[in-house]
Amino acid sequence: MTGRKPRPKQMAAPRKTARRAATVRPDPPPTPGMAIPAGRQMPQDARLTPPVHEAGRTGPPNGDAFHTIGKRNRKVEGLAKVTGRAIYADDIALPRMLHAKLLRSIHAHARIVDIDASEALAMPGVRAVITGRDLPEYFGIIPWTQDEQALCESKARYVGDAIAAVAADSELVAEEALRRIKVRYEVLPAITDIDEALAHPEIQVNEKASEGNLSKHVHLEFGPVDELLEASDEVVEAEYWYEGSTHGPIEPHCCVAEFDATGFLTLWSSTQVAHYLHRDLAKVLGLPTQRIRVIQPVVGGAFGGKSEPFSLEFCASKLSMITGRPVKILYTREEVFYAHRGRHPMRLNYRTGIRRDGTLTGTDARIHIDGGAYSSFGLVTTYYSGQLLTAPYAMPAYRFDSTRVFTNKPCCGPKRGHGSVQPRFAFECQLDKLAERIGMDPIAVRRKNTMSENARTVNGLRVTSNGFLECLDQVERASDWKRRWRKLPYGRGLGVAGSMYISGTNYCIYPNEMPQSAVQLKLDRSGRATVFCGISDIGQGADSVLAYIVCEELGLDLRDVRVVAADTDLTPVDLGSYSSRETFMCGNACLDAARQLRERIAETLAERWGVAKGDVVLANGMAVAASDPRKHALSVKDAIQAAEARHGTLGSVGWYQSPKLGGDYRGGTIGASPAYSFTAHVAEVDCDAETGFVSVKKIWVAHDCGRALSPVAVEGQMEGSAYMGFGEALFETHTFKPAAVGHGPGIHHGPSLLDYRMPTSLDTPELESLIVESVDPEGPYGAKEAGEGPLHPSVPAIANAIHDALGIRCDRLPFSPPAVMNLLRQGDARAAWERSRAGHATSGARG
Amino acid sequence: MLTLPVFEWVSPTSLDGVLRELAARPGECLLVAGGTDAVPNLKHRLHEPKRVVSLAGVAELRAAREDDAGLHLGARLTLTELSRLPALKRDFPAVAHAASLVASPQIRNMGTLGGNLCLDTRCTYYNQTYLWREAVGFCLKKDGTVCHVVPQGRRCVAAHSSDVAPALIAYGAEVEIAGPEGRRLVSCDQFFVGDGIHNNILKSDELVTRVLLPAAARGQHGAYRKLRPRGAIDFPMLSVAVAVRGDAKRLESARIVVSALGAKPRLLGGLDALVAGKAADETTFAAVAAAAHKQCRPLTNVPYDDDWRHAMVPVFVTRALRDVFGVSA
Repeated sequence: MTGRKPRPKQMAAPRKTARRAATVRPDPPPTPGMAIPAGRQMPQDARLTPPVHEAGRTGPPNGDAFHTIGKRNRKVEGLAKVTGRAIYADDIALPRMLHAKLLRSIHAHARIVDIDASEALAMPGVRAVITGRDLPEYFGIIPWTQDEQALCESKARYVGDAIAAVAADSELVAEEALRRIKVRYEVLPAITDIDEALAHPEIQVNEKASEGNLSKHVHLEFGPVDELLEASDEVVEAEYWYEGSTHGPIEPHCCVAEFDATGFLTLWSSTQVAHYLHRDLAKVLGLPTQRIRVIQPVVGGAFGGKSEPFSLEFCASKLSMITGRPVKILYTREEVFYAHRGRHPMRLNYRTGIRRDGTLTGTDARIHIDGGAYSSFGLVTTYYSGQLLTAPYAMPAYRFDSTRVFTNKPCCGPKRGHGSVQPRFAFECQLDKLAERIGMDPIAVRRKNTMSENARTVNGLRVTSNGFLECLDQVERASDWKRRWRKLPYGRGLGVAGSMYISGTNYCIYPNEMPQSAVQLKLDRSGRATVFCGISDIGQGADSVLAYIVCEELGLDLRDVRVVAADTDLTPVDLGSYSSRETFMCGNACLDAARQLRERIAETLAERWGVAKGDVVLANGMAVAASDPRKHALSVKDAIQAAEARHGTLGSVGWYQSPKLGGDYRGGTIGASPAYSFTAHVAEVDCDAETGFVSVKKIWVAHDCGRALSPVAVEGQMEGSAYMGFGEALFETHTFKPAAVGHGPGIHHGPSLLDYRMPTSLDTPELESLIVESVDPEGPYGAKEAGEGPLHPSVPAIANAIHDALGIRCDRLPFSPPAVMNLLRQGDARAAWERSRAGHATSGARG
Repeated sequence: MLTLPVFEWVSPTSLDGVLRELAARPGECLLVAGGTDAVPNLKHRLHEPKRVVSLAGVAELRAAREDDAGLHLGARLTLTELSRLPALKRDFPAVAHAASLVASPQIRNMGTLGGNLCLDTRCTYYNQTYLWREAVGFCLKKDGTVCHVVPQGRRCVAAHSSDVAPALIAYGAEVEIAGPEGRRLVSCDQFFVGDGIHNNILKSDELVTRVLLPAAARGQHGAYRKLRPRGAIDFPMLSVAVAVRGDAKRLESARIVVSALGAKPRLLGGLDALVAGKAADETTFAAVAAAAHKQCRPLTNVPYDDDWRHAMVPVFVTRALRDVFGVSA
């Protein structure tokens, strides 16, 4: 039987060690004084309990083995992409469609005194011009920090901030019209770094800040930090700098809006959060949600850069409402750099202690975060900078004090590994230094401190499956670590790092009690299944995961499953593609929906054949009785028809809602996830000490994804993550020119793919993916995330490898040749390298 | 996406046709061969020509031939073709190697010898969109009056960024220029001038038709080294071309060109005293490298650390010299 049974009892509540500092201001409710919205109605207990399946959630549903799951399956949209038939937002062209362009600020900080668009409006081919006054409503992805307008109404807060939009017959006319719009600015002093932001509260970047330039401050402390640090044998104290970076999806942001004569708005947009966009469109445009349809076409990469609403979506919609014609906006690459939401620059000051036997004692972290001009996800980022800081290690005590500030630069946001990649870098470098201090192998130190399965972290995160030790074993073996670490010649080295990451954030961005993911499944006599789901495939293979699950459950061929996704008219809500949640959450919803139909078919056949239901197997297009497949066999199509005759029209729903998790303190829900993935990297570098060039020869990536539903897709994520981290480590600089003669500060140094240097295929190391499967009890077939976790160890593994190679500590990103040369020139780098070799030779036994 | 401005497009089928177009509209034409530099520059509104004159239909510019005078290379040979030309690889390998290091395979398939030679100078304050340049208040080279690299400077210091030019200069190549008065040959070194706004001697009614590597230039040992952050795509942040006469035991002479510093490639001076009669060893290389370091001063014109680029001059000169003699450190 499939039924919803009470959830097994949760693990015992953690010891309450969290103390909230007096400086923490409570987050205000989203709409003070309002009654509880209908969506917050308390659900029935049974609704919150995941169904318990006879065959279990983690094992094969048809017989003893998987038939689709675990195979190297093709992606469902792969052929359309490689043959150029996939329809991206910019491929959409509607009759009478207009093109719009945004006018952007040339000042980092300026009051908008007056905008005169009369000359632009008079141009032939110009159909409408809008400014901030036309879209005054504030929006923002986090309900508590809505501080953005589609077009700045009173002032511009960074070079590139949008202040007007023109719709015209062509892009060229729209672009020329932008130059005819006269904006009178009153230039204000600009804040472009963290220290300036703190030192000059009187120059306020964002008026929505509660004080000065403070975006968010978090101070959390778990366990007796000072006491344990005091009692440590060694304490390493260091400052790290993590440079900001952009996502760099190949497809820039693009949307097409069509407002029809009945007052219905359809928006096609390159987004990864169709549902949140839907809500904010309604808010800003003043339309009811039921008169808006958001469709996500095929997306050419996002990496977190499309996980909130952007100016173009509101402007295209508004311009369509004004002109009565469809309107397209396609950002240039330069505009993508201004829309940004990339990785936050962070300055991290850490003190970490260890005992001589290798046991970690505690960490004291002070973190400053450069947020850019708006909040975006910043409230969450600030928590993330500390919530996963010590994982995957059992750290008995730590404290973090994180401050996010506003600056007059493009707004930072979530980039693959949101908020936790920077602290991971600092912590894994700390570990390497501590291991060196006590003369222990850095892999041994990690192994010694690894938290167990079914553990709870000191800050209250529930950890279920944990394959970290296996990850360490795999990279150690594959890289021949024991024979080569600390033994390679000068210039060559190996480095290790580890990490843990969430499989979906446990809570929706706006508080409600409705499901986080849902699937409607349709199956009919044609032998074809259609999955309807709000899931957002941004290239990672989310749609394919649903198809694999349906194939596994119903024995269908991959070609006979269609996925209809991310269309708010057709699909039930899923919150979108962020925090590595799709496989885990939509996958579970889909598994539950498909299992119901599988059961109906199995029941029908069991009855017809006179066998036990458990005897019925649906696989490879056939339905058979496993006990006598020669006697009892039908095509799956015939089996579906039998079930349709027996039960009526075949359809089912499934949904996912995570259990209540997290620490019992403000912010304790952030970092909480139903499951965690684990990763270890070993990087090998070859450095040119004469020039400072670091060549990463190879990265071994071992990742515990629970179960690989399609190993080739998991490997793609592992390689892509390692590549992205490698690019941030060595190449990427999202930096700004200082003020000089003729201009103010805050101008991006080179907002193009030529000057913002992402590594090419020639620069990229060999990447070896080693999949570890811990089979999570709550994941679909045991699966956990693979899209973001494998990025985290990339940067520190390279930094630690450079130390093994050259004896220098790269504590600041990027490790560019000039930066490496500067470190080599300081002090006695070569002698430090000799010492590290000698030190290891004498104390190696202890490792 | 970034739009192209409106312009007229003509595609003459002969050199005379091209010259007639240039003469008919003095100063208002832009020549386009492969377009790999011209098109982005048009999109950035760095060039705003009334008329774009395509060289695609001019077959004679595609010839490569050898005769008593030397090796003749048509200006419209693609960089891919150049990098594979047997006669070039045999006698002037540094030129072929330099061509093979330009940007990416796709760009080398379109980009041409003439285009790379006449490549517009580059600067971090110039190769940007109109909006970006407006935000910095424009600059000397286009639409403005100040230089952001040398704040009080009255002369544009945008960087010469061609890969093939330094190698051609090192070997002593000559450039054929066609104009209303006919054709003339100038030494490649003399082709360039130290003005970042327009860094060569071409007049608005002239074009480069051919490059000659003179017969007498054969028999030199050459090498080309390019400093770029990535293994592809990037323009040179520093480039070094070397051509040496003599053998490893006894050098006769050396010509070394260092570029991507300022508007004009720099042919190092005073090398005869350092190399004539010397052995090709680390001592000699070090002396040449030190001279190069003294003579070259990178600016903040290209987007990379200028102090580090300066420190890399002797390293790259030394490595280019080692390349010539097939030695490693």
